[in-house]
Amino acid sequence: MGLMGRIGGWFDERLQLAKPMKEVMQHPVPRRSASWFYVFGSAALMLFILQLVTGILLALIYVPSAGEAWNVLHELNQGISAGWFIRALHGWGSNFMVAIVLIHMVQVFLFGAYKYPRQLTWIVGVLLLLVTLGMAFTGQIMRWDQDAYWGLGIGASIASRVPVVGPAVVKLMLGGPIIAGATLSRFFALHVFVVPGLLIAFVAVHLLLVLKLGINEWPMPGRVVRRATYMQEYHQLTHTDGIPFVPKAVGKDIVFSGVILLAVAACAFFLGPFGPGGQPDPTIIQTAPRPDFFFLWLYTTLSYLPPSYETPVLLIGPALILIGLIALPFIAGEGEKSVRRRPLAVMAVVFVAVGWASLTRLGLHTPWSPEMEAWSSQPIPDKFLAHRTPLERQGALVFQVKQCRNCHALGDGGGKRGPPLDEVAVRLTGDQLIRQVIQGGGNMPAYGKNLTPPETTALVAFLESLHPDGQTKAKDASRAAVAGGGP
Amino acid sequence: MSSPEQTSRRGLLVRIGVLVNMVAGVVLAVPIVRYLLSPASRKRKGGYDSWLSLGSVDRFPVGETRLAVFRNPVVMPSDGATGEVSCWVRNVDGDKFQVFAINCAHLGCPVRWFAQSNLFMCPCHGGAYYADGARASGPPERGLFEYAWKVEKGQLHIRAGEMPTPGQLTTLGVRRSRWA
Repeated sequence: MGLMGRIGGWFDERLQLAKPMKEVMQHPVPRRSASWFYVFGSAALMLFILQLVTGILLALIYVPSAGEAWNVLHELNQGISAGWFIRALHGWGSNFMVAIVLIHMVQVFLFGAYKYPRQLTWIVGVLLLLVTLGMAFTGQIMRWDQDAYWGLGIGASIASRVPVVGPAVVKLMLGGPIIAGATLSRFFALHVFVVPGLLIAFVAVHLLLVLKLGINEWPMPGRVVRRATYMQEYHQLTHTDGIPFVPKAVGKDIVFSGVILLAVAACAFFLGPFGPGGQPDPTIIQTAPRPDFFFLWLYTTLSYLPPSYETPVLLIGPALILIGLIALPFIAGEGEKSVRRRPLAVMAVVFVAVGWASLTRLGLHTPWSPEMEAWSSQPIPDKFLAHRTPLERQGALVFQVKQCRNCHALGDGGGKRGPPLDEVAVRLTGDQLIRQVIQGGGNMPAYGKNLTPPETTALVAFLESLHPDGQTKAKDASRAAVAGGGP
Repeated sequence: MSSPEQTSRRGLLVRIGVLVNMVAGVVLAVPIVRYLLSPASRKRKGGYDSWLSLGSVDRFPVGETRLAVFRNPVVMPSDGATGEVSCWVRNVDGDKFQVFAINCAHLGCPVRWFAQSNLFMCPCHGGAYYADGARASGPPERGLFEYAWKVEKGQLHIRAGEMPTPGQLTTLGVRRSRWA
């Protein structure tokens, strides 16, 4: 026995860990479970370790002070060797971790791994998703820029809608009456102590359950899960056709985790750290806060919900989703595991994925937000001004000066909050245009008080000129009849 | 071998131990809970709101709406710039004012005033409000939040101190001075 072996032996005589660790590492797994589909859980764990390490490194410099944090982040980006890279690793690691956790969850769902006897593993997994999202949300606040500041305002506005206790919840969340120093301090405590503590505890239980119950077998159509027989069948599968996790099945996990770490490092190196964005100074109001990528779908949902649905959906929706996810293994705890025999499961995943992707894509474009600078920065394209009468051009000026452009597109420029007006005269008659401008409606403010009659006349004259060449304007068919003519 | 007498003595000790720890738990829990709830349970001086000055009324021309900034009455040393709060001051006719919170009544984003079209617009979800703060369009379910105001010795004072949020409208010192 060499020196190292003797030292190892000395420790193990006291710790007595070698045997149980060997048993854990060599526990048998079904041969076909050593698959590229089964690598996401270990990758998520690897990313969590990366987040722990980079998080501690950042905590060496970071100061959770509302007055200082933003400057310290700039110091990290510019003043400290590789500070930008550590920040970038932590930021990209966060995005990768959320993504891998979600992929892991979809894989587990599609492979029926949540069924008997692994229901508790799934439930702890749902909790792990929640705390992972909690880390992402509180981490976004650590960046302490304008998005963080106003994002907290949005969070407070949502929390305030809880019946009865809403205002108290807001103050507890902010740590005081406004978003300020106490707010950052408490989110720091959450991000650095409370939520990671929960995460470590849940990961421990999750891993323990995986070891106790064994990794899910490869689903086969017709191999049905039954409470009475499953354990015996699984035992047979692992002991007659099983392979030891180490060294036979672990290879793909190691390769994938390494590739993911390299991908995080590549993103961090080539794309750099996230922000910080604008200074968190509430007196700078020229800002349009946006949430981070994984919360964009929520941002979209909030802007598209009818106002009266908003509060119930915000307060009840998340609870329903959570109850649904936790109830899943109790509703469908037995039966087929193979996706080939579970069309509803596939449809559910497709539905959620398409919905999420669409909402996220809309969240990247924000067609519901006015373009606050369109009226002063985007001139009306020439083609809408050529061959126009002086009155119509005067109307174009009114159109621009009264900020109509912030919500209405002309050509390529302008907001998308309202409909584009390139061809509005085809849709609306002069009278309808006047009514719409003066009275508003259909999500448009009324401009009656803000336009003089000559301004209205000019504006509507301009709008009436907006139709494609060769296509006639909309006209009121009844008017001709009233006037005694015929169509 | 332990006699029943000894067992009951040990059992008693365990019970006493549990009791002592329960008492200790309560003794510690009361201040911990008070500490945790302190942001919401502040009672003195009627909560966080107090009267503060936005400066001379001359800074707010008649018929116009201007941005004003105040230092929140309740601040901590670490607040830095976040201790500042913005608001919109509308001088209606020289005697009457309206002071609007910067926060959109939908989800709290900062609304901007457009003097040309007499509208407040929110950059987040497109809420719009008329000059008097009334809802014009978009997702907000109500008009802009207003601070109570008074003019004393040529200074415009408002009652402020808390971030206004949709759920809290009943507690906010709103004063509807609408002429309609």
